[in-house]
Amino acid sequence: MINLPNTQANAVAAAINQERRRMGSPAVGMVLTLLVITDELHQADALQAATQAAREHPMRIIGLIERPGRGEAHLDAQIYVGGDEGPGELIACRLHGELAKHAGSVAIPLLLPDTPVVAWWPTAGPDKPADDPIGKHAQRRITDTAESSKYLEELGVRLTHYVPGDTDLAWTRTTPWRSMLAAALDQPVGQITAAKVTVQARNPSGVLLAGWLHKRLNVPTSIAHSKEPGISKVVLTTSLGEVTLSRADGRVAQLEVPGTPASTVALSRRTLAELLAEELRRLDPDEIYAEALVGVESVLHPEVKQRA
Amino acid sequence: MVIFGVTGDLSRKKVMPAIYDLANRGLLPPGFALVGFARRDWADQDFAQIVHDSVREHARTEFREDVWQQLASGIRFVAGDLASDESFDELKRVVDDLDNTRGTHGNHAFYLSIPPSMFPVVVQQLQRSGLAESNQDAWRRVVIEKPFGNNLETAQELNSIVGKVFPSGSVFRIDHYLGKETVQNMLAIRFANNLYEPIWNANYVDHVQITMAEDIGIAGRAGYYDGIGAARDVIQNHLLQLMALTAMEEPTSFQADSVRIEKEKVLGAIVLPSDLTSHTARGQYAAGWQGGVEVCGYLDEDGINKDSITETFAAVRLDIDTRRWAGVPFYLRAGKRLGRRVTEVAVVFKKAPHQIFGASSTQELSNNAMVFRMQPDEGMTVRFGSKVPGTALEVRDVTMDFAYGDSFTEASPEAYERLILDVLLGDPPLFPRHEEVELQWKILDPILEHWSALGQPEQYASGGWGPHESYDMMTRDGRMWRRP
Repeated sequence: MINLPNTQANAVAAAINQERRRMGSPAVGMVLTLLVITDELHQADALQAATQAAREHPMRIIGLIERPGRGEAHLDAQIYVGGDEGPGELIACRLHGELAKHAGSVAIPLLLPDTPVVAWWPTAGPDKPADDPIGKHAQRRITDTAESSKYLEELGVRLTHYVPGDTDLAWTRTTPWRSMLAAALDQPVGQITAAKVTVQARNPSGVLLAGWLHKRLNVPTSIAHSKEPGISKVVLTTSLGEVTLSRADGRVAQLEVPGTPASTVALSRRTLAELLAEELRRLDPDEIYAEALVGVESVLHPEVKQRA
Repeated sequence: MVIFGVTGDLSRKKVMPAIYDLANRGLLPPGFALVGFARRDWADQDFAQIVHDSVREHARTEFREDVWQQLASGIRFVAGDLASDESFDELKRVVDDLDNTRGTHGNHAFYLSIPPSMFPVVVQQLQRSGLAESNQDAWRRVVIEKPFGNNLETAQELNSIVGKVFPSGSVFRIDHYLGKETVQNMLAIRFANNLYEPIWNANYVDHVQITMAEDIGIAGRAGYYDGIGAARDVIQNHLLQLMALTAMEEPTSFQADSVRIEKEKVLGAIVLPSDLTSHTARGQYAAGWQGGVEVCGYLDEDGINKDSITETFAAVRLDIDTRRWAGVPFYLRAGKRLGRRVTEVAVVFKKAPHQIFGASSTQELSNNAMVFRMQPDEGMTVRFGSKVPGTALEVRDVTMDFAYGDSFTEASPEAYERLILDVLLGDPPLFPRHEEVELQWKILDPILEHWSALGQPEQYASGGWGPHESYDMMTRDGRMWRRP
């Protein structure tokens, strides 16, 4: 670890080059730059998750840890290159005082040239990620609605300000459910007439899953709540009976399809690192996510006539 | 070597340390002597102390007492006025004495580290005192620094002043960017290899971007910078020379004349955009944050007039009327207070003519590019598409990087060392001749004239990549600036 208290971005860049040189691996082989915009409370978990994701995606991780306050504006940086951290580099920048509002000035000189830039807000994120001083430099902007205290309003905000390239970890959490349901519907299940998602309270993933089902199946979709962790059950009512995917313990799920014996499938809740690694696999606009956001609106407000 | 203007920043920070580094690497001739000339009341020892301090502080190589003693024994100082006959007579006496005692054999280089306005006096004095004359075997060389004039007219004037006394082969115009290893290496890469030449033309190249970005502002150089601006300061010389090196045909040899002929040919074929308003851009840095520090705007700098129209950012599109480059624009940009310090040439290739992968697989694939980095870490990067590991077929930009500083065991010599050595050896392949300087002014003069009528340039945020005008200029052509 290299500690650079009270420093400037160009000094940080020079220190990384020097360190890389010292370690004898001069060339930059990283595939992207990940900007993690966070606060002191979330930074440890977030940067650890990012470091783990870097095993799959060798990248430069720039933690922009905002420490607003009355103190003098200055930058403290810590650099971790190589070692047990795996491939890639981690730069933790603490932005003190007024500098917290100008995180972009620290990030820009440190972006790797020619490769994609991804911005991630482990703390919910700004209302308009694409207009954010950091977000506007990124082609992929990852928010996490699950971190928001008003998650339903937050989903509405995400829809209102959606720009291709936006995505949300609450949406990423639905991926295993979506692939399992899609696989189930590959079998003949009859005509689907309704859908129902059961989810823990305050969990936006279940709402997004309901939005996606509604948009895809074009059937009345409802949301119920339970105390079980995360999404616990999806029921699709069909002309032949019910397709049910249920998971009580957050690890293993039961799949029941009419005319087929019930089966057990692994459907673990995933770690932050796994979610992030999945997000980084695709950096092109996630149109299905945008569609699900629209679906959420019609599930939550069925009375409002949807735009065609 | 006689240095005029030894008290200047450049002498202390670059020239004198470079001389020591050369000595330390054993590359200076044994009889080398250094004469300082300035209006200071110094003895030889005082000047030696100044050199010693600057070497100690700025030299690249380790300080060795024995090397220093050897160098110091050849250090002389002449206190005097540039306009004074006696001072130059004294200089002549000192130099003659060195010829006898050190064995410099009458070979003299004059390094004019002084403002161009002083050139006429000094050159005339060198002639009058007989310092510029040489006997049959000995050489006389003169080294001058940019700016080489302010426009075509002043450049020609300057050249005629120097040219009256020194033949053009003896005039070395220092452009320290052209001393960089990478520039020479760009020639090596282009012409020593077989890999690049076949694709180095309009069939494969979409456009070329040449960027010189500084993260600092004018840093107290208001007196020099205001009225000069980014275009005169760096585009006229460095960037156009880089463009010439990138675009020129293969010289028949690496001899100075062969390289110069090719550079002149390509500089002569450069054409300006027909609409200068839509294909040039300028800006002035505004107050803001750069690299984590709050910085002031250009107009707030000490010594800058509030209504200054000097640009701190300039971008131009240039085309080359040759078969090789027909339809391939070269975009040049230079500016201060930008995102980070970087100088590079990016050759951006056309997209593959047919794509067997679907649009969604290749959405994140941009044009292939080859980037030559001059600074800060010299090297080269190739950008191309690669499949992202996983079940989905997705092609994304990746880079392959080569960094010189690390791949060669001996550190790249600093630009000034290389240049001073070339002056002493009389080997000028990298020094622009006055013909090139004049061609470069011919390209820039109409743009500068156009700008001078446009009023104040657009303000751009410090710490970013320049004004909107510059982005618009690229968008108009359906292209975009790389993020360097």
